[in-house]
Amino acid sequence: MTKAMKSYIGFGVFLIIIALSYGVNFQIGMDIGENFWIFAWDMLRILPPAFLLIGIFEVWAKRETIEKNFGGVSGPKRYIYGILLAATTVGGTFVAFPVANSLYHKGADYNSIFTYVTAASLVMIPMSIMEASILGIRFTLIRLGVSLPLVILSAALLGAYFKKREYALPAQE
Amino acid sequence: MIGLYGVTAVAFLISLLVDRERTKKAVKIAWKKFTKILPGYLKILMILSVVLLVPNEIIARYLGESSSYLGILIAGLFGSITMMPGFIAYPLAGVFLDQGVSYMVIAAFVTTLMMVGVATYPVEKQYFGKRSTIIRNVTAFGIAMVIALSMGLFYGELI
Repeated sequence: MTKAMKSYIGFGVFLIIIALSYGVNFQIGMDIGENFWIFAWDMLRILPPAFLLIGIFEVWAKRETIEKNFGGVSGPKRYIYGILLAATTVGGTFVAFPVANSLYHKGADYNSIFTYVTAASLVMIPMSIMEASILGIRFTLIRLGVSLPLVILSAALLGAYFKKREYALPAQE
Repeated sequence: MIGLYGVTAVAFLISLLVDRERTKKAVKIAWKKFTKILPGYLKILMILSVVLLVPNEIIARYLGESSSYLGILIAGLFGSITMMPGFIAYPLAGVFLDQGVSYMVIAAFVTTLMMVGVATYPVEKQYFGKRSTIIRNVTAFGIAMVIALSMGLFYGELI
């Protein structure tokens, strides 16, 4: 049995337990079911279009273009592009991981993808608007102001480290 | 969300008009990638559903009663374990704020929620490899702590 098969069976059992919990009014099981639905709904809405976009990106994006803008030759610009791309990413890191992997295999370097992934959890525009409306604009501005230099600094450090180690991200074919 | 669907629809239609075969290939790639990572996402879903059984009141009590440094650390650990979409995380942060939790503790919580993902490990590992996943998460935790401490300075909660 493959690993994927085991996961699907495990997931099936999980769903059956939730269904049974509703049947016998088992509170903890029903709470798990409720949490499950919140996240499942979020992923169901975001993942299909996100992956379709990744597919379109992979067939159309030219390697030279990505290398020029997100590769080592791009210089400081790649940080800006990484942050801009992240600012418009919907869904946070669990969407950013596959996108970063595709970018990497199209010629983006570590500095760019770490900028992108870190920024995808810190400077997303829709998220920041929501944050400002609940915690106050001051909170959001301070957080963004402190975050941006850290995003770039950490990406530069991690990038240098992984380049030195000649680390390669897993291919996804 | 509407933006995501809009962009995807436009990109897909343009791609289809320009080159049918390539668009077919794009859909194929998308499907292959999606099915490959799906078990990882399902794991995340199961982990999150169980982890979030911890009632918010308990988290709020821990965060509110602890001293500042300890509070940041506990908030960071809570935030690291789980992951939440913004539309749940921020209203929750608002509730914590009303209950007297300090800004810097809230900053530690929301930042690690978004950035550090023990629960998202099954997916990140497949795209980044184990080593990179661990190093990135540790770094992210450090960044979150710096953000929280800065927040404390700005709001005058530290000194």
